[in-house]
Amino acid sequence: MDLKEKLVSSFLALENTVDVDSYVHDVRSEAIKTFEEKGFPSKKEEDWKYTSLNSILKEDYSVFPKQENALEFKDVKKYFIHDIDSYKIIFIDGKYSSHLSQTTHDGIDVCLMSAALNKPKYQLIIENYFNKAAEKDSLSSLNTAFSSEGAYIHIPKNKVVEKPIQILHFSTGNEAATMLQPRNLIVVDENSHVQIIERHHSLTNNPVLTNSVTEIFCNKRAIVDYYKIQNDNKYASLIDNTFIKQKRESHASVHTFAFGGKLTRNNLNFYQEGERIDSTLKGVTIIGDKQHVDHNTLVHHIEPNCESHQDYKGIFDDNSTGVFNGKVVVNKEAQKTNAFQANNNILISDKASINTKPQLEIFADDVKCSHGCTIGQLDESAMFYMRSRGIPEKEAKALLMFAFSNNVLSSVKIPELKQRITKIIANKLGVNIGFDL
Amino acid sequence: MLKINNLHASVEGKSILKGINLEVKAGEVHAIMGPNGSGKSTLASVVAGKEEYEVTDGNMVFDGEDIEELAAEERAHKGVFLSFQYPVEIPGVSVTNFMKTAINETRKAKGLEDMPAKDMLKMIREKSELLEIDRKFLSRSLNEGFSGGEKKRNEIFQMAMLEPKLAILDETDSGLDIDALRIVANGVNKLKSKDNAVIVITHYQRLLDYIVPDFVHVLYNGRIVKSGGKELAHELEEKGYDWIKEEVNA
Repeated sequence: MDLKEKLVSSFLALENTVDVDSYVHDVRSEAIKTFEEKGFPSKKEEDWKYTSLNSILKEDYSVFPKQENALEFKDVKKYFIHDIDSYKIIFIDGKYSSHLSQTTHDGIDVCLMSAALNKPKYQLIIENYFNKAAEKDSLSSLNTAFSSEGAYIHIPKNKVVEKPIQILHFSTGNEAATMLQPRNLIVVDENSHVQIIERHHSLTNNPVLTNSVTEIFCNKRAIVDYYKIQNDNKYASLIDNTFIKQKRESHASVHTFAFGGKLTRNNLNFYQEGERIDSTLKGVTIIGDKQHVDHNTLVHHIEPNCESHQDYKGIFDDNSTGVFNGKVVVNKEAQKTNAFQANNNILISDKASINTKPQLEIFADDVKCSHGCTIGQLDESAMFYMRSRGIPEKEAKALLMFAFSNNVLSSVKIPELKQRITKIIANKLGVNIGFDL
Repeated sequence: MLKINNLHASVEGKSILKGINLEVKAGEVHAIMGPNGSGKSTLASVVAGKEEYEVTDGNMVFDGEDIEELAAEERAHKGVFLSFQYPVEIPGVSVTNFMKTAINETRKAKGLEDMPAKDMLKMIREKSELLEIDRKFLSRSLNEGFSGGEKKRNEIFQMAMLEPKLAILDETDSGLDIDALRIVANGVNKLKSKDNAVIVITHYQRLLDYIVPDFVHVLYNGRIVKSGGKELAHELEEKGYDWIKEEVNA
């Protein structure tokens, strides 16, 4: 039985035993039909031309985690940004870990999707928002069918959430191979502001495939800053499907730091449903070995006077491969749109490669849209300059890479997070950079 | 301090240096002059360790050690400094962070701890005052958008910070107005001592009015064809290089 059949039959066996009377039940039944019809995407599809899922779909994943596993904080402390006060929503093999988490219902809801799906008091939000941003593509639909757990965050209007929220998913490798389908719903109401950090980490060498869906609703004048840290081991793959709906005058930013994993695919979609909206999509990718990272972005400008800023930097070593596919759609009504897109890449090794493709579909006539992609090598003259000042080759290389990524790093608004990412990069490059950028 | 014997070097198979002999002792200032394309900048790059240049014959001994096999950074750690004719722009790395990294990497190579932040700041302040460099300048990206004069002043600032034994100034005077030239020369003179040495590469006498050389060498077609005292520079200024070319070609 292949993975698709296994997933569909597992779902059908379960279908009429969970949340039978709820709104979500029908959504799930609909979703599994979509998945069954479309199946996993193949390279024949335009959006998947450069990313093949074949190598990760052949594992015999367990699709429902069987046993509950406990982790001690000290064993996983290093994956937290622990030097700041924060809310934490922690999952171990897809199950909520109450003793590692720190949730709240004090004026804001920072809690669990499972609770929100089952308790009447969340029903209205679920009916209004659940699966209302996600596309009905096969992978998002698969997640919808299976989604039972994840983060549920609702910030009512006029709240500035002082502490960042960390969402962490650990997999323990207790099963030979695990498939996880976390589902996050984040609703930020008028004038509210929240910062969220998301990370997935596998703790053993057993294969893990995570197919995650995050829906973010950024209502009028809300500000959402979302950070994704992807620094997993080479047995873990991640398909991240994130959908952000923005209302008027809201600001949403997503920073994606893609440093590893076996295969990482980021489907990041912004929909601007109001005027004077600002959307920011930034990323730094630094990979080596046979790692593969694919950024597939969409910004849909629907209303006039909005902006979008995309800036992705990629550094590829060894046999690694990268993909950047950035689509910007400007509707006929969306006059005075400013849409910028940049994708700059450095290939360190002759065997590394990057496929980069801007895709602009502009139907309005009074807009400013720009895009630019570059692929280059490290600047030899800069290397000699630095080395002649006593900076060894490895450090000089690292310094150039930091400098190359600096535009993205410098816009991280949480200083401790910025410092942590700087450290992760320094570790990855095997250097000890003696200053903060 | 530096002894260059019969040095031959080529780049991409093209022979540029064709038998250079030069000895520089501590406390001395040497000027290397010569027409365009004579190999002056190549000589500077070869001594500093640029990998594109291949030494095909001869050797370079610095402080008693053959340095040909050493990487550029190892030569820097031993005290070789090159002030670039065209300093490279490095966006995203501030002047201060660059200097901190350079100094601490050099200390690390010598088995020393990082310089304490307080000492570093004090040193940066002193040396930037010496070169009349504005503090704001130090937080800017290295050489990015700097004027020609700012770039050269920044080179000498780096020299002041790194305190090399041997400084090679490759056309440090080009692109400088007279005030900047005075500041740069003044900086170099203040850093000079009986323990270090300077090689000034220049086309013009102008800089040598400020940094007075003990020896002047004329490089032509990959060889040093004439050496003398500082009066040789005046003679070149007056008569140009044609008479030297004629002498050589005769």
